[in-house]
Amino acid sequence: MPSRRMIILGGLGTAGALVVGYALWPSHRLERADKLDAKSGERFVANWIKISPDNSVTVVVPHCDMGTGIFTALPQMAAEELDADWSTVKVEAAPPDTLFANGALAEGFILTGRHMTADQLPAFLRGTVANTFRTIAGFMNLQVTGGSSAVRATGVYGMRVAGAAAREMLVKAAAARWNVSTNECTTKSNHVLHAASGRSLGYGELAAEAATYSPSSTPTLKPKSAYTLVGKPIPRVDIPKKVDGTTNYGLDVKVPGMSYAAIKISPVFGGKLKAVSVGDVLKMRGVQKIVQLEDAVVVVADRFWRARDAVAALNPMFDNGANGGVTSAQITARRTAALKGSDLKSDLKTGSGADALSGGRIVEATYQVPYLSHAPMEPMNATALYADGKLEVWSGTQDGLGARAQCAKTAKLDMANVTYHLMPMGGGFGRRLPGFFNFLDYAVQTAMAMPGTPVKLLFTREEDMQHDYYRPNVMSRFRAALDAKGMPVAWTNDYTTDGGADEQAHIDYGIPNQDVRYAKVPTHVPTGPWRSVEASWHGFFIESFVDELAHAANMDPVAYRLQLLDEKPRHAEVIRQAAARAGWGTPMPNGKARGIAMFESFETIVAHVVEIEVAPDGTLKVDRVVSAVDCGSAVNPDGLKAQIEGGIIYGLSAALFGEITIDKGAVMQQSFPDYDVVRLAQCPQIEVHIVESGAALGGAGEPGTPPIAPAVANAIFAATGIRVRELPLKNASLAAARPQSARL
Amino acid sequence: MTFQLKVNGQTHEVDVEHDAPLLWVLRDELGLTGTKFGCGISACGACTVHVNGEAIRSCVTAVGTVVGADITTIEGLSAKGLTPVQQAWIDHQVPQCGYCQSGMIMAISALLAKNPSPTDNELAESITNICRCGTYPRIRNAVHSLAKA
Repeated sequence: MPSRRMIILGGLGTAGALVVGYALWPSHRLERADKLDAKSGERFVANWIKISPDNSVTVVVPHCDMGTGIFTALPQMAAEELDADWSTVKVEAAPPDTLFANGALAEGFILTGRHMTADQLPAFLRGTVANTFRTIAGFMNLQVTGGSSAVRATGVYGMRVAGAAAREMLVKAAAARWNVSTNECTTKSNHVLHAASGRSLGYGELAAEAATYSPSSTPTLKPKSAYTLVGKPIPRVDIPKKVDGTTNYGLDVKVPGMSYAAIKISPVFGGKLKAVSVGDVLKMRGVQKIVQLEDAVVVVADRFWRARDAVAALNPMFDNGANGGVTSAQITARRTAALKGSDLKSDLKTGSGADALSGGRIVEATYQVPYLSHAPMEPMNATALYADGKLEVWSGTQDGLGARAQCAKTAKLDMANVTYHLMPMGGGFGRRLPGFFNFLDYAVQTAMAMPGTPVKLLFTREEDMQHDYYRPNVMSRFRAALDAKGMPVAWTNDYTTDGGADEQAHIDYGIPNQDVRYAKVPTHVPTGPWRSVEASWHGFFIESFVDELAHAANMDPVAYRLQLLDEKPRHAEVIRQAAARAGWGTPMPNGKARGIAMFESFETIVAHVVEIEVAPDGTLKVDRVVSAVDCGSAVNPDGLKAQIEGGIIYGLSAALFGEITIDKGAVMQQSFPDYDVVRLAQCPQIEVHIVESGAALGGAGEPGTPPIAPAVANAIFAATGIRVRELPLKNASLAAARPQSARL
Repeated sequence: MTFQLKVNGQTHEVDVEHDAPLLWVLRDELGLTGTKFGCGISACGACTVHVNGEAIRSCVTAVGTVVGADITTIEGLSAKGLTPVQQAWIDHQVPQCGYCQSGMIMAISALLAKNPSPTDNELAESITNICRCGTYPRIRNAVHSLAKA
């Protein structure tokens, strides 16, 4: 059976007509699209592309903006194939409607997996089926931005094809008007040209006629050598409004007559609200209503700070159920026991698996990572108005259509009676994916308790941090057998999981006998996708352990990895590039050292070489990160670099500081002081080098994250001889370190 | 209580408690939503505005303590077009999600008014604002480009 990754690509990549078929709207949907979103004088020519009479081109992006640059990269891809003049290209967000469901993702799964279950989904989508439905029917309501998928799915299979098909339709319209062959026509800068007669027609003039042609399901795509927009560092279209404060995030929604709500949710996950001692709270200035929900109490007031102060003055009693005594130590003990137990399921077995351990020198290590909060800068919020049987909601989510469906479900309304306004997000990182919409549920329930009054419900930072869906706490144990030359002949790995097997536990290194198993350890702590999802932990585990093997073999960690990548030339080249650019092998002063890690995730291969310094008192400083990235080809090289930089820093925050711990069933951390993150003072110098392999496009938003933690940990070992096997690094004692003469 | 607040050169009268946080008065009373809420405890800097030219964190600033002061928000900073700092932010493609950038730009603008060419260390000591997208390397580059200009 092919891996999940193969299923996705197979569905998208090998059945050309099907792929193109869903990338384009059938004609009956074209008509619907006109009614839904076309403004006066505009007509849809193909999905996601609008051409207006003034010859301007609008690209409708069926995604949401969380800062990754896809509102520029996707239109770049469409405009490239359309031969559009970039200065005339406008970009709009698609409304949350099934018409704009981003089929490249959703329908790809539907076409290839009729009997798919939740466990077979890519990790970042598992939340779409958790708790609600266990079938793929829910994908009809999926308009998601996640999985580093926008460019490689929507862009490659949607935007490019749509742009090329639209261009062909425009050429046909012009050729018919001139009564010439389409072969005699060319396109440039929003015009169809007929060189023989010197005539030209603007796209705007042709749009209506072009729409009468059926779009080709296999339009001719440009060769890369003809690109004028794709591959260029075009400035991002969303940035000007982000430097003058005019971007309206969900937090900034203004609805006339709006009230504000603050919430106190049961600190223990799964707890229920028993009673609320209201006291004089209803008499506090501005307080309008106290709403009791199943597991929370909400205060609605005329201003947010009054609602916040009032909810803090309440004394809610919660029934903690069975989980009121759970601690992190208990959870860790359960994971330890699970890995020692007999209930491990096979994930992958090659060669003779674990039996091959008997044939060499054994190296063994166990690693652990903690729960992590997403902590985007904009705390969770939603504004909702319930009136006359209809619901209107404003919020930033990574899936506007899924959010609309969730609001309808919570309100027990038909989708047709729910309007959802998808707002830009102050950070997503997986927190705002479908399946993780607790803030929508609370906002909708609060609004329904106050018919006719729009209510903006906002989590404080403390509520946001304590009611997240956390990156799981995971434990992973490795055993490897090395041959006489120190190379691994057997690789076994047992890991814990909240759900099913993790595809990212499968290594890229060529080791003949592998045995990978997993043990399910469900807990009451809600978990969810966190930037790079399962790669965020398996990247740390695998790349740390490979480094341990290299040192056990007394070999250079770069050379060791390269020896294991004979059959993976792209991976090897990324390592070589990062090492060369970083000056790998040149001497470092005492206390300073380099470390390397390489990991592929979301079809993109990234290697980081980091330079660190460990002071005699154990203080760690990460000075420099040199990164090489192969995502096939960069659509917007500067945007790609920004995403890798961001992925590094997000991962570095977690590696250095990130840790959510549980006591008495609840999260102990509250805000940035006890959940610290990288600031300018801790931010290393970062260089990103793009490796243009020409392979199929990979993602950009997440792949920079997985290799940073192991690269830093590997550098610490090189500097001090201390192997850190548990994150975060702030808990590791490096003070006992005897700085070695660094040889890397 | 009513207070007279001078925000972006205009005087506004607001009827709020003495200890009402300036952040929420700016946002909810005056509709100036360019200033953001990130933590409410002065830990992240998303709410940074200028009071008499100094960068302060408005989420823990009681309105009653800034009566009569010149308060400037990101809207006021941009009133006469983009400042060199904002232009540098575009030139260096700094923002990602952009949510922290109002506070970041206010904090850095106040710093540069006193020290036009900060070193990396000076920048790191003065600017403790949090950006979760990780735009710090570009912030550094943008600030250094202003020093050279």
